[in-house]
Amino acid sequence: MKYRIVAASTAAVLAATALLTGCGSSDDDGSGDGPAASGPVSLTYWAWAPGLDKVADIWNKGEGKKAGITVTVKKQASGDDLVTKIITAAKAHKAPDLVQAEYQALPTLVSNDVLADISKEAGDAKGKFADGVWQQATLGSDALYALPQDSGPLMFYYRQDLFKQYGLSVPTTWDEFAETARALKKKAPDKDLTTFSSNDSGLFAGLAQQAGAQWWTTGGDKWKVAIDDPATQKVAGFWGGLVKEGAIDNQPMYTPAWNKALNTGKQIAWVSAVWAPGTLTTAAPDTAGKWAMAPLPQWTAGESVTGSWGGSSTAVTNDSKHKKAAAAFAKWLNTDSAALAALVKESGIYPAATAAQTGGALAKPPAYFANQPGFYTEAAKIAQGTAPAAWGPNVNVAYTAFKDNFAKAAKSRSDFAPALTAMQDATVADLKKQGFGVSE
Amino acid sequence: MTRARRRKPYGVKSAPYAFLIPATVLFLLFFALPIGYALYLSLRRTEVSGLGLGKGARKEIWAGFANYTDALSDSELLHGALRILGYGAIVVPVMLGLALLFALLLDTERLRLRGFTRLAIFLPYAIPGVVAALMWGFLYLPDVSPFYFLLDKAGLPQPDLLDGGPLYLALANIAVWGGTGFNMIVIYTSLRAIPAEIFEAARLDGCSQLQIALRIKIPMVAPSLVLTFFFSIIATLQVFNEPTTLKPLTNSLSTTWSPLMKVYQDAFVNNDIYAAAAQAVIIAVATLALSFGFLKAANSRTKQGASQ
Repeated sequence: MKYRIVAASTAAVLAATALLTGCGSSDDDGSGDGPAASGPVSLTYWAWAPGLDKVADIWNKGEGKKAGITVTVKKQASGDDLVTKIITAAKAHKAPDLVQAEYQALPTLVSNDVLADISKEAGDAKGKFADGVWQQATLGSDALYALPQDSGPLMFYYRQDLFKQYGLSVPTTWDEFAETARALKKKAPDKDLTTFSSNDSGLFAGLAQQAGAQWWTTGGDKWKVAIDDPATQKVAGFWGGLVKEGAIDNQPMYTPAWNKALNTGKQIAWVSAVWAPGTLTTAAPDTAGKWAMAPLPQWTAGESVTGSWGGSSTAVTNDSKHKKAAAAFAKWLNTDSAALAALVKESGIYPAATAAQTGGALAKPPAYFANQPGFYTEAAKIAQGTAPAAWGPNVNVAYTAFKDNFAKAAKSRSDFAPALTAMQDATVADLKKQGFGVSE
Repeated sequence: MTRARRRKPYGVKSAPYAFLIPATVLFLLFFALPIGYALYLSLRRTEVSGLGLGKGARKEIWAGFANYTDALSDSELLHGALRILGYGAIVVPVMLGLALLFALLLDTERLRLRGFTRLAIFLPYAIPGVVAALMWGFLYLPDVSPFYFLLDKAGLPQPDLLDGGPLYLALANIAVWGGTGFNMIVIYTSLRAIPAEIFEAARLDGCSQLQIALRIKIPMVAPSLVLTFFFSIIATLQVFNEPTTLKPLTNSLSTTWSPLMKVYQDAFVNNDIYAAAAQAVIIAVATLALSFGFLKAANSRTKQGASQ
């Protein structure tokens, strides 16, 4: 009897261990030790854009079927979490074949040796993209680490009806923007032109790019960090000044309170990117058709420069056993007209490929902007002036430092200059700590 | 049969160990191994050379105790610890005080709707922390909160609950709201376990309900008060959900407001799992020291009380 119990419990333990070890090793998606290159190939693609699986289906039924390449999309969370997840997977040599990556994450991924150089397979697509966008995918080198998918040129959104009501004109320079904010405060003290939000570093980065900032550059084998360069100082000083004098609000975006402020006309403008209509549709549903879009105010009158907020790319990983096939899919996805039309329709993205920025699915304005028929024609014109962005291997650290330091400064309505210095210092200190070459 | 009898002594001796094997294996795999790995990681770091781009530019090397000295000299971690001490100073007494009060009230004899009341107080505990924090976040934002609407209509001052000192109250309120019910159930259960004849004797001696509560019930449920205090300290040291959920709503909460938020930030945003591992070890040691220190102090007091 006892003997049987011992035997039974031993068997149970063995079964349990088998189960546990089974969990650890049954992770193979078939992307690893797949069949020879000539046979059918199946690729996994980690991405967060909605509806990408439908776009991949078009490939799987058409071009992919011909070439024997099947792509499976695995839906991911976007942003910082995904970067960490990909790096962790790559450490275990289990990264997927393809990943969706934001432009600012590319240097981090490259520096962790996650991304493959696909310049041989897809380098010829260069002409299909604006230079500023393409350069973000090459990191300014001869290599190519990703194919640009979507971009987010900055624009100025405003409530057309309320601008008329308060006798305001659309600002074309930042000086006029400040005057507009003050004029509105005088006429309607409980309203704000907009807010300075500390919870999305991407907008600030884009505004700095417009002013000509190049936050990370390389010289020899050293990084140069210029977050507190004169251009960014100018931007920080401008917004800090407006917050300090109370001309604009200092509360973060993307809160229920912010939604309400947009929806009720308490805030009557928003500096945002080309994807803003989607956000406004959910944040301010009652004001559809009352907004209009204009180019971003300029630092020098008559110029037409803008920065980027958001945007992502398709990259191939070093773990992929079928880099060629993966690069072929990435190129198709981001340059083929049928694929781009599907991306616009299913995923709601603004394509980075210049040919796809007008016509097709983008011939009509977004439903929210039905009052502005030329929305995408105007947007394409603005996108041409996109200033190049210069990203480094620790953008995440700089972004965190932005959130914490600018939140404090915005809250106390104090000078933004010390916050900018703190952001620069935190970024440099992190690079040095990791051992990167840093030039002073 | 003789074979079996001869084997019997062997079986008896080894049976306990055999029974232990499943638990031991699980303990080693899912507890000891991860802790060991975290300790290992905390002694490592990456070393990048030059631009750090391309193959072989990043190596993992031994760091000695550098991650620990960095974490201990990091003022942000210390400030985070101080912040949650302030937070805990509000949460623990208020939550346990309310839990004890509710438990005593539920235990009084002439109470109606006892089952319903108990469930109603316990219910918030069943709501996930993130959902609770989101809900309270809405109620704290002046522009969307019905409370502020009423305050406005009544012409009363409208405090900013997401800033400065009130922020601690706002955060503590979420924890108290969610945790009181659980602690109440623990205390209430041990109240019900007190033999009824003790109360009968007390009443015959002329004790009022209040005196019974203060002199008999509370001393007799002291062990469960110790237990709930112990759990509350640990929960306070690990606070993460509420400030993380409220953070996007306000400029006043930094990404490293509580120590665990800093660990999360380093591990999953700044991608430095080595520093995060060292901080996690430090937090674990501090939690152990604090909670077991408290248990030991409580035990020695109970022993003293028993010997008197």
